[in-house]
Amino acid sequence: MSQLNADIDHLLRRAGFGASPADAGTFADMSTAAAVAHLVDYEGRPDDVDARIGRSDHAKVVSKDLFAPDIDIDDARQRWLFRMIHTRRPLQEKMAIFWHNHFATAYSKLATDSGTLQAAKMLAHKPGVLRGPQGQLELFRQYALGSYRDLLLQVAQDPAMLVWLDGKSNTKTKPQENFGREVMELFTVGVGHYTEADVYAAARVFTGWNLRRSEGYRREDMNAYQEFVYNADEHEANPKTFSFPIYRNGDRTIPARSESAGMQDGVDLITALAVHPETARRLARKFWNFFVSEVHQPDPVFVEQAAAVYLQNGTEIRPVVRYVLTSPWFINPSMRYARYSWPSEFVARAIKEVGWQGLSLDRVRSPLANMGQLLFEPPNVGGWPLGAGWFSTGAMLARTNFAATLASSQKEFLAVALEPDGQTPQALLAAMLDRVTPAPFDSAPQQALVSYLTAGGAWTGSAAQLNTRAAGLARLLVGSSEYQLV
Amino acid sequence: MRVSRRLFIRDGVATLTLGLAAPPFLSAIAQAQGLPSRRLVVIYLGGGNDALNTLISYQDPQYYSRRPTIAVPAGQVLQVGTDAAGRTLGLHPRLGGLSNIFNEGRLALVQRTGYPNSSRSHFEATDIWGTANPQSSSGSGWLGRYLDTLPRPVDALAAWNTSGETPRALLSGHTGVPAIPNATTYTYASPNRGQAALEERAAAQIMAANPATGRPHLAFVNSTSRAAIETLDRVAQATSYTPSVVYPNNGFGLALRTVAGAIVRGIGSRVFWVQTGGFDTHSQQGAAAGGAYGNLMGTLGDGVLAFYSDIRNQGLANDTTVLVFSEFGRRISENGSGGTDHGAAGLMMAIGGMVRGGVYGTAASLAPGSPSLENNSGDVRYETDFRSVYARVLDQWLGVNSVPILNGDFRAGAPAIF
Repeated sequence: MSQLNADIDHLLRRAGFGASPADAGTFADMSTAAAVAHLVDYEGRPDDVDARIGRSDHAKVVSKDLFAPDIDIDDARQRWLFRMIHTRRPLQEKMAIFWHNHFATAYSKLATDSGTLQAAKMLAHKPGVLRGPQGQLELFRQYALGSYRDLLLQVAQDPAMLVWLDGKSNTKTKPQENFGREVMELFTVGVGHYTEADVYAAARVFTGWNLRRSEGYRREDMNAYQEFVYNADEHEANPKTFSFPIYRNGDRTIPARSESAGMQDGVDLITALAVHPETARRLARKFWNFFVSEVHQPDPVFVEQAAAVYLQNGTEIRPVVRYVLTSPWFINPSMRYARYSWPSEFVARAIKEVGWQGLSLDRVRSPLANMGQLLFEPPNVGGWPLGAGWFSTGAMLARTNFAATLASSQKEFLAVALEPDGQTPQALLAAMLDRVTPAPFDSAPQQALVSYLTAGGAWTGSAAQLNTRAAGLARLLVGSSEYQLV
Repeated sequence: MRVSRRLFIRDGVATLTLGLAAPPFLSAIAQAQGLPSRRLVVIYLGGGNDALNTLISYQDPQYYSRRPTIAVPAGQVLQVGTDAAGRTLGLHPRLGGLSNIFNEGRLALVQRTGYPNSSRSHFEATDIWGTANPQSSSGSGWLGRYLDTLPRPVDALAAWNTSGETPRALLSGHTGVPAIPNATTYTYASPNRGQAALEERAAAQIMAANPATGRPHLAFVNSTSRAAIETLDRVAQATSYTPSVVYPNNGFGLALRTVAGAIVRGIGSRVFWVQTGGFDTHSQQGAAAGGAYGNLMGTLGDGVLAFYSDIRNQGLANDTTVLVFSEFGRRISENGSGGTDHGAAGLMMAIGGMVRGGVYGTAASLAPGSPSLENNSGDVRYETDFRSVYARVLDQWLGVNSVPILNGDFRAGAPAIF
């Protein structure tokens, strides 16, 4: 909302999903420092968003049968979108999608392996009703700003990850390398900071990190589940030497251990990778792109400082994000609108700003897929192609077409809400720009918007005119290039 | 009349277009540049295709001993004869479609393609196949640089990407490539109808035309928006095409169907990009015709056969070449999960009415210690530089000089697939 000061507007776009008119009230009298604390120390806000699903003054979820987000992937997608729009802890949901992209795990492979119900459960199960471990998304929400080392260890034992990167069948006779490679290439140090020999050694480290099935497991049973197990019999017990230090004393070799004690190999490697300086820098660069800018290269000073905060705080993410959001780079006005919104960010922000009266989140699913971000379905383990990569012609059309769908669904609502401002086209545009917050327009597009309002004849402010033009205006604003930037 | 190959390449465009009435859907730019008679359809197999189970050295005892649970039994392979080294080879049993094309002499199989010190990272390797530079995985792509050789202004549909994201191979200095993953939703919607909708679209066009001076990232999004609006109507022409065959009802089949529509309708695109994934088979590949890998082969073979048959029925097979590759091959020995890990050299394939079919290059001896292996005999060593195949396609098919595009001369030793 442009009624908020520009710093808080910027903060809410980056550390959240923009501001609804109600959010604008919450943040109106806050200092920027208080707003950062409000977002970062979110434990002070209730985690009550799921309990509000079904309320008539919130966006709707629609399901084929009973709404079952713990075991049905389409329902899980709706629940996640609902959280992005209505959460009181926007940064927690923002980090959840950051980690989802970082540890990119796709539903389709899980479904092929374990069936649709178990696949959805592995990704989205929120404990409470059904038996079994929490789904991967709940892990990301739990550790959203927690210790990265702990998160990495949890991910290495996460059933969805054990299926996704095949750890579940990593055995000692012929270790397989999928997780061992990606844990270094994508989750921690990155290409150039490990060797092929490290990949083979890491594969051996994680031998025996497998899955076991619950008693009487049947994949169609919603109470059945798979969980992590360390199979000592399948662990390869020889020493494993790496090209980088594993221990604080600089030792690069994980010692030979008995099979029964061998699970410690993986804990040692994960800890070493989590505190590796290149992991710290890599996360710092990712945070730069996620929070600060995709237009400007990461400032080396920022990278070193953010990496230092990470290492000094024992891989805790919360101090790092607090550092990022209060850093001179983040608050520099030239960084505003210097990121390309992810489709999920774009959709959640558009709904928050334009409105959700009677809007079914099920209608957002296929537009999101056309924009290139079907939730729980990243294209590969590297995650989505970010930044300019989101903006192919087809994806841009999907965004503008979603703007049309949303504007169409809010037609009557917008006509009523904007009626007091309907005296002149200029007043209507100004009122709409109080709700919907694209990057500033140059004069030519601004003029095109005003001209559009009067293109059908002189402005009278009649109900019919407002009905047509307010929706058309919302479509033009949300579908504009300026709105795709955050 | 038989046209010599040399003459054909130099004068190919003019010769072929003379006898044809120009199709009605070309943009003014495409018209002005002359109807391109030759198209390249690239099929990228994402994830690292297990080349050793695509084209199978089924009489090599090491093939069975190193792949005890995933080897295809000799009796099931679709034989394609022997290669230059006398190794007997066969296609995967689910590649019946490709086998038919091979038997017509229109499928070239180029074995052991790759480059020195092959990257085992999906992303780096994919980018290297895109840049055509093993030393750099960033910068423009080889097909993007080809597009940059076209006279400007370049038609907005000079290339057509059927996947949602732009692959590095198509990244260009000057030419944006539209991504049309789903041609049926490649449309412009409005909350209003009639005149108000038209006025809204006109406003959107003016807004997207804003040069956004000083804000290059905004200018970039505007250019995407403009390209989308400009290509809408022509894309709709391609989707209205009724094919002459039934395509498999999967994403790959439907993408190829759209490509056929664009070709038959004469949209004017020279390069098409199609990709299909799932080739990262670390576990449970399955043996013989069944299993996950068999399904991947079925998708590939059935889709390509439908496309090739359709194009041939339309009399356009001689104007179309399909090039198939993946970012790397896979390890020779299977792992403990019944799959294979990331490897080195792979298999390239070319299909088309002008392709000189056959088996090119030599299969690796899979015996440990063989000079055709590397990485302690874990991987297949490359024999043919993938850039020499690119060079052949650029020089002999697309009719441009490959040397500046590939930043080097890879013409010598290129397999003579055209």
